[in-house]
Amino acid sequence: MIEIKNLHKSYKMGSNSLHVLKGINFSVEEGELVAIMGSSGSGKSTLLNILGMLDELDEGSYTLDGVPIKNLNETKAANYRNKFLGFVFQSFNLINYKNAMENVALPLYYQKVGRKERQEKALKYLDQVGLKEWATHLPSELSGGQKQRVAIARAMAAEPKVLLADEPTGALDSKTSYEVMDLIQKINDQGNTILIVTHEPDIANMCKRIVHLKDGIIIEDKKIEQIRAAQYVQ
Amino acid sequence: MFSRDVWKEIFEAIQKNKLRTFLTGFTVALGIFIFVTLFGMGNGLNNTFMKFFSNDATNIFRLYPTQTTLPYAGFKAKRQIEFENGDLDDIIKEFGPLIEYITPRIRRSALVTYKDKSDNYSNLGVGPGMQTAEQTIIMKGRYINTNDIRKKLKYAVIGRMVEKDIFKGDDALGKYIDLDGSVFKVIGVFQDDGGDNEERNIFIPFTTRQLLEGNNDKIGQITLAFNEAIGYSGAMKFQGQLDDFIRQKKQISAKDSGGIRLENVADDLKRNQQFAGVLKIIISAIAFVVIISGIIGISNIMVFVVKERTKEIGIRKAMGATPRIITSTILLESVFITAIFGFTGMVLGIIVLNLIEGKVLEEDYFITNPSINIGTAVFVTILLVICGTLAAYIPARKAAKIKPIVALRDE
Repeated sequence: MIEIKNLHKSYKMGSNSLHVLKGINFSVEEGELVAIMGSSGSGKSTLLNILGMLDELDEGSYTLDGVPIKNLNETKAANYRNKFLGFVFQSFNLINYKNAMENVALPLYYQKVGRKERQEKALKYLDQVGLKEWATHLPSELSGGQKQRVAIARAMAAEPKVLLADEPTGALDSKTSYEVMDLIQKINDQGNTILIVTHEPDIANMCKRIVHLKDGIIIEDKKIEQIRAAQYVQ
Repeated sequence: MFSRDVWKEIFEAIQKNKLRTFLTGFTVALGIFIFVTLFGMGNGLNNTFMKFFSNDATNIFRLYPTQTTLPYAGFKAKRQIEFENGDLDDIIKEFGPLIEYITPRIRRSALVTYKDKSDNYSNLGVGPGMQTAEQTIIMKGRYINTNDIRKKLKYAVIGRMVEKDIFKGDDALGKYIDLDGSVFKVIGVFQDDGGDNEERNIFIPFTTRQLLEGNNDKIGQITLAFNEAIGYSGAMKFQGQLDDFIRQKKQISAKDSGGIRLENVADDLKRNQQFAGVLKIIISAIAFVVIISGIIGISNIMVFVVKERTKEIGIRKAMGATPRIITSTILLESVFITAIFGFTGMVLGIIVLNLIEGKVLEEDYFITNPSINIGTAVFVTILLVICGTLAAYIPARKAAKIKPIVALRDE
C-alpha cells in the first residue's frame, strides 16, 4: 500500500539546514495498523506530513497504492489527498461554523458527490462513530472525544486508502483516548489501513506494529500483539 | 463554478460571519453612497451656474458710464460720464453691420399703484432690443416697440410677479397703473427664467422715461448685441474698437481705468463656465478619492478575512480542495458582497439626492437639481466591484498557495 525508499527531508532555518529525515525505508501493507513513535523532534510528524502529501520530500521515492507520488503541483496533490487519504488531527480541525454532518460531508463535496448522497453518506459515517443524533450540532457543542469522532467520520467518509492520524488522542484524557482507539481499531478491523503518530506507549501498544523513529532514522520496526481498547471502555 | 453547492458554501460563510460581512459591505456601500451624493451635488452646483448665466443672450456688450480717474484733454479727473441719445446713433453709424440691435437702459425705482395696492418696483426705460437681450418671454400682450419709443407713449410691460402682487390675480392687460404719479397702460405681461426678482421689473419706453425727467436725452447704460456671424475673434476685435470709439468721443484717456466700463457677456459666461468646470473637477476628484479609499478598505478587510480563515483553508485543502476552488470561492464571496452592498449604496445615494432637492438648497447653497447619471453611478459601482475583486484576488491566491501543513500549524 505504502512504499518509501531512502526518504530525506531537511528544513532551512535561516542559513542553517535542519536534516529531519535521514534515509527512511518503510512499507505498509493493506489492513495494517501502524504506530509511528518517537520523542519530539524525531521526525515522526514530518514523515506523516510527507505521507499525507501535506509536505514534499527532498530525496527518495514514495509510492502510494502503486502510484508514484512525485512532482506534485498543488492541484494534483489536492486530488490525490482527496482520493487516497483521510486525516485525523490532534486538534480535530473541524470547521467551526459547519455542523457535524456538514463537516463529515466536506471531503465528499470536493469529490463532487451530489448533495443528497453526501448527506446520506455523512449520516452513515456519523452513525458508525455513534454520533448520528449529534448531526446538526456545531463543533462548539461537542466534547473533545465527540469532536475527534466527528473528525474520524470525516476522514472515513471519503473512503480513503489510508487513514493518517497525527496524535489523535493528544488532546484527550485517557478514558476518551481509549474510546477513540477502540473506534480506530474497529475501523481497522474492517480492513482499513491506518497510520498513527503518537508518543504515548499505551496508544502505540493498541496498534499492530510499532515503528520507532529517533533523530530521523528508524531504530526499531516490530510487529506486536495488539491490546484491545474495548476492555478499557465500558 | 456556479452550482448550487458553491453558493451554499458562500452563503454559509457569509451567514456565519455577519460582522465581517457587514464591515466589508459597509465600506463598499459608504464609498458608493458618498461618491453618488458628492457627484450629484457637483452636478447640482454646475446646474446652478448654467441657470444663472444662461438666461440672457450671450452676444451682448454692456456699456456703463462711470467716473474718470485721470485728467484728460483739459478735463479734471472724477468727471461723471453720461450717455445720450446721440451716442446710440453714432455707434450705429460707425459700426452698423456689426450690430444686431442696440438699446439703452435707464434704471429707476418707482412706486407702482393699482387701486388700493401699491409697491416699489424696478422701472426700466428700454428699447425693443432689450427683449432679446434679456430673453424676456411675453406671456400676454406685447413688448415695447419702435412706435412706442417714437411717440413716447405711457405704456408699461410688467413682470409676472408684479401682476400677481398688485393685481391679485386679476388680468392686468389693458388696465392702468399709477407709476410715480403718471398713469401707464399695461400692454404686456412677461416671465423670465432668471427668477422671481427678474419678474418684478417693469419695462417702459426709454423715451417716455426721458420725457418724465424733463424731456432730457440722457440714457443710463447701453446694451449692444453684436452680429453673431463675426465669431469670437470678431467680437473681441469689435469690443476693442468700440472701447476706443467711446473713449475718443467722450474724451477719456486710453489709459483710464474709469470713465466707461465695457462688459462682454460671452467672456463672463466663459469664465463662469470655466469656474463651474474646475469646481466639478475638484468634486469629482474628491469623489474618486473616496472610491479609492473604498478599494483600499476592501483590500484591507480581504487580507484580514483570508488571514482569519487560513486554518479553515488548510483544513479544506487537506480534505482535497484544489487551489482553484479555494480562490474562486473567496473571489465569488467578495464579488457577491461588494455587488450587493455597492448597489445598495448607489440606490441610497440616488434616493438621498432626490430627497434633498429643493428650494432651500437651491437658494442657500446654490445647488440646483442635484443628480447623477445612472450610467455613471452603475459604472463606478461596477468599477468598485472589479477593484474589490482584484484586491481580494491577491490574498485569496496567496491563501490558496499556502501549504496545508503551514495553515494547519497555525493554531
